[in-house]
Amino acid sequence: MPLAPGDEELLEQDFPSTLESVDAAESRILEAAAKAGFDEDEQHRIGMAVRECMVNAVVHGNRYNRNKHVHVAVSVSNNVFRIRIRDEGEGFELEEVPDPLHENNLLRHSGRGLFLMGAFMDDLKVRKVEPHGTEVTLVKHVAPQE
Amino acid sequence: MSVKLNTRQVGDVTVIDVSGRITLGEGSSALRDILRDLVAKGQKKILLNLGDVSYIDSSGIGELVSGFTTVANQGGTLKLLGLTKRVKDLLQITKLYTVFDVRDDEADAIRSFA
Repeated sequence: MPLAPGDEELLEQDFPSTLESVDAAESRILEAAAKAGFDEDEQHRIGMAVRECMVNAVVHGNRYNRNKHVHVAVSVSNNVFRIRIRDEGEGFELEEVPDPLHENNLLRHSGRGLFLMGAFMDDLKVRKVEPHGTEVTLVKHVAPQE
Repeated sequence: MSVKLNTRQVGDVTVIDVSGRITLGEGSSALRDILRDLVAKGQKKILLNLGDVSYIDSSGIGELVSGFTTVANQGGTLKLLGLTKRVKDLLQITKLYTVFDVRDDEADAIRSFA
């Protein structure tokens, strides 16, 4: 994943498709978030979004396939903390993901991950990557230092 | 820290004290197993004490919802006790806070099952 001009790369790592990778990526990204200056509450929100995204990548994207990896990149630029998480799965249509807040879906067991990522971050983008895979970009603005 | 579960009986109410993290994997499956076990034994009044739960992810939320519906489908009631601010916020943004009967005080919660 090429960096844009002026970006400072805080982390770039491939993780195997295991649940242990979810914990590992969360831990590494929280270190980067602390380094970027986020307070404890914001680190918690970032951690939750990362966990949901990593679970989606490992479980739904790569389906625990140990031959597939989850690529994680974290950068900061102009007070924008950007996390990109890419799996090697078949991908999905964002429009087909049910709204978990709809009354018919409130008592569903699953389907809240993407919603929570959006709720805990300032911006969320999902795109398909070629030849296969999905990349999710999570953005959080760093409050300027006083 | 993973999840820890401890059950105790207060009158005819089964209280499950939960501590740690309820996340995909061991945490959420342990909660699912204990609720299914209680329902299988015919327990119809279950109070889930989440006062020492530091973290719940969407899988953990899913287990709370599944537990709620499983108990209700058997004619029972599952209530929540002692939510931390972060868990309360999570249930509010997912619009589940009003689905569950949430209590702050254990004695009040026990009485509410009568």
